[in-house]
Amino acid sequence: MSNAVGPDPGAAAPSAATRRIDVEALARVEGEGALHVRIVGDTLEHVALRIYEPPRLFEGFLRGRHYTEPPDITARICGICPVAYQMSACHALEAACGVTVDGALRELRRLLYCGEWIESHALHVYMLHAPDFLGYPSGIHLAQDHRETVELGLRLKKVGNDVMVVLGGREIHPINVRLGGFYRLPRLSELRALREPLLRAREDALATVKWVAGFDFPDVEADRVFVSLSHPSEYPLNEGRLVSSRGLDVPVSAFEDHIREEHVAHSTALHATVDGEPYMVGPMARYALNFDKLSPLAQEAAREAGLGPVVRNPFQSIVVRAVETVYACDEALRILDAYEPPDHAFVEVPPRAGRGHACTEAPRGTLYHRYTINAAGMVLDARIVPPTAQSQAVIEEDVRDVVRGHLDVPTDQLQHLCEQAVRNHDPCISCATHFLKLEVERR
Amino acid sequence: MASQATTAPRAADPFVRAGPKPKLAVWKFASCDGCQLTLLDCEEELLAVTGQIDVAYFLEASSATVEGPYDVSLVEGSITTAHDVHRIREIRDQSGKLVVIGACATAGGIQALRNFAGPDGGPDVSAFANAVYAHPEFLEALPTSTPISEHVFVDFELRGCPIDKHQLLEVVSATLAGRKPQVPNYSVCLECKRRGAVCVMVAGGQACLGPATQAGCGALCPSFSRGCYGCFGPMEDPNMPALGERFAELGVDADGWLRALRTYNAYAGPFRKEAASVERRRS
Repeated sequence: MSNAVGPDPGAAAPSAATRRIDVEALARVEGEGALHVRIVGDTLEHVALRIYEPPRLFEGFLRGRHYTEPPDITARICGICPVAYQMSACHALEAACGVTVDGALRELRRLLYCGEWIESHALHVYMLHAPDFLGYPSGIHLAQDHRETVELGLRLKKVGNDVMVVLGGREIHPINVRLGGFYRLPRLSELRALREPLLRAREDALATVKWVAGFDFPDVEADRVFVSLSHPSEYPLNEGRLVSSRGLDVPVSAFEDHIREEHVAHSTALHATVDGEPYMVGPMARYALNFDKLSPLAQEAAREAGLGPVVRNPFQSIVVRAVETVYACDEALRILDAYEPPDHAFVEVPPRAGRGHACTEAPRGTLYHRYTINAAGMVLDARIVPPTAQSQAVIEEDVRDVVRGHLDVPTDQLQHLCEQAVRNHDPCISCATHFLKLEVERR
Repeated sequence: MASQATTAPRAADPFVRAGPKPKLAVWKFASCDGCQLTLLDCEEELLAVTGQIDVAYFLEASSATVEGPYDVSLVEGSITTAHDVHRIREIRDQSGKLVVIGACATAGGIQALRNFAGPDGGPDVSAFANAVYAHPEFLEALPTSTPISEHVFVDFELRGCPIDKHQLLEVVSATLAGRKPQVPNYSVCLECKRRGAVCVMVAGGQACLGPATQAGCGALCPSFSRGCYGCFGPMEDPNMPALGERFAELGVDADGWLRALRTYNAYAGPFRKEAASVERRRS
């Protein structure tokens, strides 16, 4: 796989003023994507984030499955955020059946989700994103010069995985999640054993905020529409209304009334809009729309890092991700300390004919599931809208801004900045692919 | 480029070798990324491993790539496009040893459900594509999702959806040392007994694929009061009809048995054959 840089060899009369950046295989992102940029003279002509990962057609084969199966099946869409899929699937199917899971079981689900946030955010900050700011091709290379720092990051990541192992049985595709709750409750001794590592993880997360806040950030300010869940008393994970920075405030069942996916002529994939405008989901959106719901410690860490209640520089998403990691550790400790075991590991969720919707907050942003089932509990129809697909138009906008602001920069440096602009969003292309309309660009 | 590990390597360290560091490459086909993530989930071992191995191509983790040939290639994912067929041959040509990891690479994964989606029970991608895409004609997908071994010679298949990280470390170190990986091929039942877990099927009356499923997970589901759902695929030569009868006695109807066989390892021989025989009996 070659990453071509330089004059466009396909142009009929290659002009020295035409520059093309083709990153045929983006590194340090989850899944397979490519980036195409064409600059003619001082004009940016074309930017496209191309998703070429082959689709796996989950919505197709979910039809005819039993309503108890989507939590395990949809987890297989993404190995990095399987809990997000399990949670959105459970909530949507429980909504279809008219069941609400609350109390200690709801808290345990939130604890499991905190584990995934810690694991996924630490992976992105240390292994995928920080190397961009420090001039290394990978976290492994970074470790050769900064071993203690990377060890701290891996230690932090491991605590997230440990939470997932206690609650879910394993880190990737947990086996203990079911409709109505869990197959088995975690043992009190196992929960108690998480406390010390989480206390240290919280300190490590605070150190992470300080570390990444000191990076050199390109001076970029982008006015984007933010979308996330919002809950009256919690930083959003499993539940909330769908809100935007333009004043949208609706129940998640109205998701498809406001979010549309359209085929934009220049693009090779569908672009999502909220009430007609491109938008982004993920840490920066959640943070801007829910800053006051962060724990006092996480708010303080953000202030000390120099962040206001809204962050508009996409390169600083790494700091926001670190602040959310502090929150996830803090929240996990709160849940552990207040935990009273419920009487049963799950509540019954008997099937009934109906339709259910849910959004939960994956590490990368809002993940929507909708299912229609019949009275026998067979899935008639499924729809899944993953976070990366929603942010794709804004990711391309960010690349355009970076190119326009750096037209005088040599092409190889510009390519690096463009790739970084994509990685700022922690895109998850395996997730996005399964539903995106695929159109292969032929030259 | 790479400096030596800062700590003196232990003599017993399986990753320590004389001479230049062996080159490892990690490749992805249709998959969820979870099996290659397993490598990054070896938090405590990762830096020790990468100190002794040159991670020459691992796009999920690094933008630095080194040209082949590679001593060992790990391949995740299944073959679902014409381009994949071409690419896996190129990878095979560049790889000393080719180790495939996870249910997608060893059995086609859950996306292999398309292999049975046609009206005659044969391959059909359009039935699923029509449900997902407004314009399925844009789709460049093969009608099947197939394991890597249907296309090129494979040196070792590591099972699991996802794979187990301890098994992954064993397979990588054994492959580099030129010995046979110690990966058991008996059933989950043996792991359950060894663990001292109460049988969820005999004592709990729950349907469990454990008697037919290859070990490797440590009997995870039974230890969480749940029947095994077969994510490590069929063990060598399982007695599928007998297990089907047991499922029926426990109240699982033919549709339920078929669904149990058709998940993450649906295209693996014994599960595929049993499902086909269930469908034949019904028609």
